[in-house]
Amino acid sequence: MFKLVKRLTSVVAMFAVLFTFTTETMAAKKSKTLKNTQKKGFVRCGVSQGLPGFSNADAAGNWTGVDVDVCRAVAAAVLGDASKVKFTPLSAKERFTALTSNEIDILSRNTTWTLSRDADIGLTFVGVNFYDGQGFMVRKNSGISSVNDFKAGVSACTNLGTTTELNMRDFFNSKGIKYEPVTFEKADEVVAAYDAGRCDTYTTDKSGLAAQRIKLSNPDDHMVLPETISKEPLGPVVRQGDSVWEDIVRWSLNTMIEAEEYGVTSANADMMKTSDNPAVKRLVGAEGELGAALGLDNEWSLRIIKQVGNYGESYKRNIADTGILPDRGPNELWTKGGILYVPPAR
Amino acid sequence: MNFKKILPQLLTLVVVILVFGFFSYNAQVNMENRGITFGYGFLSQESSFDVQFSLIEYDGSHSYFRAYLVGLLNTILVSVIGIIFATIIGVIVGIARLSNNYLIERTAAIYVEFFRNIPLLLQIFFWYFAALRALPLPEKAEPMFGVFFLTIKGFFIPAFVWNNLDIFIYSIIAAIIAIVFVKIYAKKKQENQGIQTPVLLISIGLLIILPLLSFLLGGVNASIEIPVIEQLSQTSFTYKGGLKLPPELISLALALSLYTATFIAECVRAGVQGVSKGQKEAAASIGLTPNQVLKLVVMPQALRIIIPPTTNQYLNLTKNSSLAAAIAYPDLVLVFAGTALMQTGRAIEIVSITMLTYLTLSITISIFMNWYNKKIAIKEK
Repeated sequence: MFKLVKRLTSVVAMFAVLFTFTTETMAAKKSKTLKNTQKKGFVRCGVSQGLPGFSNADAAGNWTGVDVDVCRAVAAAVLGDASKVKFTPLSAKERFTALTSNEIDILSRNTTWTLSRDADIGLTFVGVNFYDGQGFMVRKNSGISSVNDFKAGVSACTNLGTTTELNMRDFFNSKGIKYEPVTFEKADEVVAAYDAGRCDTYTTDKSGLAAQRIKLSNPDDHMVLPETISKEPLGPVVRQGDSVWEDIVRWSLNTMIEAEEYGVTSANADMMKTSDNPAVKRLVGAEGELGAALGLDNEWSLRIIKQVGNYGESYKRNIADTGILPDRGPNELWTKGGILYVPPAR
Repeated sequence: MNFKKILPQLLTLVVVILVFGFFSYNAQVNMENRGITFGYGFLSQESSFDVQFSLIEYDGSHSYFRAYLVGLLNTILVSVIGIIFATIIGVIVGIARLSNNYLIERTAAIYVEFFRNIPLLLQIFFWYFAALRALPLPEKAEPMFGVFFLTIKGFFIPAFVWNNLDIFIYSIIAAIIAIVFVKIYAKKKQENQGIQTPVLLISIGLLIILPLLSFLLGGVNASIEIPVIEQLSQTSFTYKGGLKLPPELISLALALSLYTATFIAECVRAGVQGVSKGQKEAAASIGLTPNQVLKLVVMPQALRIIIPPTTNQYLNLTKNSSLAAAIAYPDLVLVFAGTALMQTGRAIEIVSITMLTYLTLSITISIFMNWYNKKIAIKEK
């Protein structure tokens, strides 16, 4: 009799343990980062220290840019308000440590997606919000019109701790040119040193060159060489190990791109609820239960489009209208000759 | 009784071990959770980035460890240059502050107050961008003595191309050993017979004659390579050949020495003023010349006061050299804790190595200065 009671209790205990485990996995579905973000009431977002068009603060401290809009989209989806973002400006050197050490939850800072970064240091890249490539800026009167005109002894200014340093070496090595790399921690010093004539060329991502050119004393005396020496897919990054949060950030970005593809804008998003196209209806949350899969309500994507706009609107507002890169180049939709192509939201 | 003595120490030790254990355990768990691996294996991997200025042969095909050495040597180089110049400027300014000449005294005082009260990072930026503004482009540089070219791209100076360099170095070492013997002999002679030997003159003579002999007899010869201007494009030029000191090194060394010299000047002033007036008067009364008073009476006593705080300034200068990253001088922090850290993502490993390296550098300087301090301290007999 005593034995039976003992056995029974152990069975009950086992069930109890099992039960707690299942409820725990259900709760874990609502990711830790998501839970913390909702508790805090804002999204913690790491951005650059000032790159016009991507992440740049005005005198009043308002951040704008396509990288900034990714964080705003996540805030709209998760918290219902695109303005509830706390931005942390980070140098290239600090950015990954800030993310892995839990200082920020999204790193949206013109960061190149590479294998070693993705696999080796506890990060996960969720997508690409700008297809870029490394280029060179030179003085117009130098007579250099192509990267083939560089001669041994050329000095190149660039930023510290970026893929740029590695690409530059690969490029000059393949040409057999001895060069002098001058690397600064902050972009402002790179611009100042190049402007003063310390370097013959300034190399970084072409979008960065276009944005920084405005800061030179005579922007018209300088030009970006036509060649692109590397692939630089820039995109938002999250910590490894929180797959729900990873999905939320990925699909917030994808929503913006897909909204452009289906012609849904911040102005017409509400009307699109009655669209005939089921794909559009799913996108604005009028059909299906896509939000639940992410642990969100069903209006999440509608809020992104209404508050932040689609990718095309964001690009126009931040990069085209500011005169940085009016031509979208590869960052055009696949339906219009570009390479922006995202998996369907269904 | 004995146990009571040990107990507090034992407790402290346990607490220290517990705190360190907690932090390392915590780091381990967190790194595991985030999928970060730990290890120093990356040091032997190919670094695949280049550095603009290096004292040893290096390019991206060398290992991360080699990159670490490049950074370390550059840090040591700028620290040594800084320490030498800071000491020279500091001693001159410190003595100038004691001058009876109002103009000299005021100028020195203004210099000290000005430079020690502006943050060092600002001074570094100031000198760097002042250099970039003031220095001419390579094609417009006026040669100094026909062979030195100070340009925005660097200070180009002639370099020696050596034959049998090792014999030349041996001759210098031999000269130094000989000088040590001369010194010991001179001291004995003074103690026994009271006759002073001109050690300095003999030392300089030895330092000139022995290396000269290595040229005449040892088969050493050196030719001088003068920098030659070279065109890179229609509007940009550089110099080839010779030795190049980057403007980053020059402005960093300048900023560090001007800043630290102010503190050393104050140490020197305090030291000299710390020697009581009676000492000088007594020395003068027994017929010593003013030079001898300074050399034999004031300085030996002043040094005892000067050395310990000056050691602190040397340590500060070495650590402050890590601000180099701001102006692209490839020191330890920029090369290793900067680029290498970014490329590998091994923050804990690299930061720990960097910290240990600075600790070792500082301890080395401090051991040397303590030894020197002991040597000149009063020997109680």
